[in-house]
Amino acid sequence: MSLLSASGISKQYNGLAALSDVSFDVPSGQVRALIGPNGAGKTTLVGVLSGRIPPSSGSVHFAGQDVTTWPAHKRISQGMGYTFQITSIFADLSVRENVALAARRHQKSAAVVDAMVEEALLKTGLWDRVDDIAGTLSYGHQRLLEIAMGLAQTPKLLILDEPTQGLTEGDVEAFKRLIKSLRGEITVLLIEHNMDVVMQLADVITVLEAGRVLFEGIPTDVKANALVRAAYLGGGDAET
Amino acid sequence: MTTDLKKSVILHAGVVLALFVLQFVLPAYHHGNMARIMVLASYAIGYNLLFGYTGLLSLGHALFFAAGLYGAGLAMSQFGLSAGPALVIGVVAGVVIGAVVGGLALRTEGVAFMIVTLMFAQAGYLTILYFGAYTRGDEGFVIAQTERVLFGVDLSAPLVRYFAAFSLFCAAILTCFLAVKSRFGRVLVAIRENEERAAMLGYDVAKYKLGAVVLSAGLSALAGAGYALLFGYVGASFASVQYSIFPLLWVLLGGAGTVLGPLVGTVFMFYLIDLSSGLTTAYMLIAGLVLVVLTVFAPQGVMGEVRRRMWRWLP
Repeated sequence: MSLLSASGISKQYNGLAALSDVSFDVPSGQVRALIGPNGAGKTTLVGVLSGRIPPSSGSVHFAGQDVTTWPAHKRISQGMGYTFQITSIFADLSVRENVALAARRHQKSAAVVDAMVEEALLKTGLWDRVDDIAGTLSYGHQRLLEIAMGLAQTPKLLILDEPTQGLTEGDVEAFKRLIKSLRGEITVLLIEHNMDVVMQLADVITVLEAGRVLFEGIPTDVKANALVRAAYLGGGDAET
Repeated sequence: MTTDLKKSVILHAGVVLALFVLQFVLPAYHHGNMARIMVLASYAIGYNLLFGYTGLLSLGHALFFAAGLYGAGLAMSQFGLSAGPALVIGVVAGVVIGAVVGGLALRTEGVAFMIVTLMFAQAGYLTILYFGAYTRGDEGFVIAQTERVLFGVDLSAPLVRYFAAFSLFCAAILTCFLAVKSRFGRVLVAIRENEERAAMLGYDVAKYKLGAVVLSAGLSALAGAGYALLFGYVGASFASVQYSIFPLLWVLLGGAGTVLGPLVGTVFMFYLIDLSSGLTTAYMLIAGLVLVVLTVFAPQGVMGEVRRRMWRWLP
C-alpha cells in the first residue's frame, strides 16, 4: 500500500495553473525523487503535500488517512518529516536543542530524546558540534542540521526539499551515504536538482514539467526517455 | 541534574533566599518598597513569559493585572467574600479573560497583535469607568484593613505583608522557572525563534501561543489580586495603558527572556524613579536618560547582558 498518495492535485495562482491534475503514489520504503526544470511546480507540489499550501482541487492521502484539509503541523505529528529548501533552523539555539525540539514532539522521555539527538547527529556527522549555536555553523552544516532535525522526528516519510543545494562536493558525498544508510528504514521523497544525486539514490523518479507529471519510472528509464531529455536539455518542442 | 541546571537552581534559590533575609535588615521605608516591588515583579514575570519567551509583544497586560485586582477587590467589596476566595476569583478572572482575549488577538500577528491587545485593555479600562457605581471609577476604592486577613493573619502588617509578597513572588518565579525548563517552555522559545519551523516540526503553534497567553494572564492576575489584598487599594489607573507599558519596560530593562530579568528591571526602575525624584522635580528626565543609555549599551537588558558576557547557562 502506498504511504503517500496524491490524486488529481491542481493549484492555480490568480488563474495561472502551477499544478494541473498531478497524481502520484509513493509506496512505503521507497526513495522517490521528484525532478523537473525550474518552474515545473515542484515547490508547489511539496507545499501541497506537506500542508503549507492548500490545493485548488484534488486530495492527499497519507498513511491511510485523507489529510487534504489537515494543517501542516498535524500531518507532521502523524509522521511526515519535512526539511526546508531554504535553511530554516533555530539560529540562536544550540545544535542540541534544535534536534531535541524535533525529537521531543513525539517523545516524552528526556533520556530517549538525548539518545535520539545523539543518533541523528552522529548520522549526519554533526555530533562534535552538538553544543555550538546553530547560527554559527557553516551553510553546509546547517543543511545537514536540517536533515538531522528531520531524522530526529523518526518520520514515516521524510520530505527533503533540495537538500544538496549549496553543499560542497564532500558534503554531497556524505549526504548520499546518509540517504543510502536510511534505505529501507524510512520512505524518502527527494526534491533535487543534482541529477547525479538523483540517479544514484532514487528507486523511482517522477518528472514534473509545467505543472504536470511528464514521466515516471526507474532512473535508467528516465535517463533514456526522450521527453525528459528534451525538457532538461532545453528542447522547447518536447511539450507538444 | 546537569551542571548548568545545578548552577541556575543555586543562583535562583540564592536570590530568593536573599529576598527572604532582606526583610529582617531593611529599614521600614525600603521594607515597604520591596514588598510592592515583589508584587509588581510577579506581574513582570507573567508578562515576560509571553514577551520574553514566546516573543509576543502585548500592549494590553494591564487588562489582566486589573482582572486580578478587580476580581479580588469587587469580590470582597460587593459580595463580602473573604481574602482567600477573593484571591482565587481574581486569578480565575484573569485566566478567563486571558483565554478570550488570547483566542481573538492571536488571530493577528506582530503590530496588529499589539494594537488588538491594546484595544482590549482600553475597552477594559473604559468598562471599569462605565460601571463607576461599583468600581468608583478613577477614584477607586479601598479594602478595609479588617477584611485583608488571610489564614487568620493581617496582611496589612508590614512583616506579614512582606512575607506575603515574598510568597507571591516565589510562586511566580517558580512557575516561570519550571515553565521555561519544561517541554512547553522550550516550544515557546522555539516559536519565538522561528515560528514557521516550530510548526513544521509538528507543534500546534496556535495552541502553544494560547497557552502562553493564558499562563501569562493568570500570573499577571495573581499579582493584581495580591496587590489588592496587600495594599488595599483598587483603582482604574492600574487598568490604564501606563500599566501595560510598565511591565514591558521592566522586562526590557531587566532582560527579556531571563527568569530574573523582571525582578532586576522592576527594582531598577522603581529606585531610579525614587532616587531621581529626591533630587529634582524633573525626575523623569533623569529616568529617561538612564533608560536611553541602558537601551543603547545593554539592548538585551541587565540579565541579558550577564547571560551574553558571563553566564551562558542563565535560563
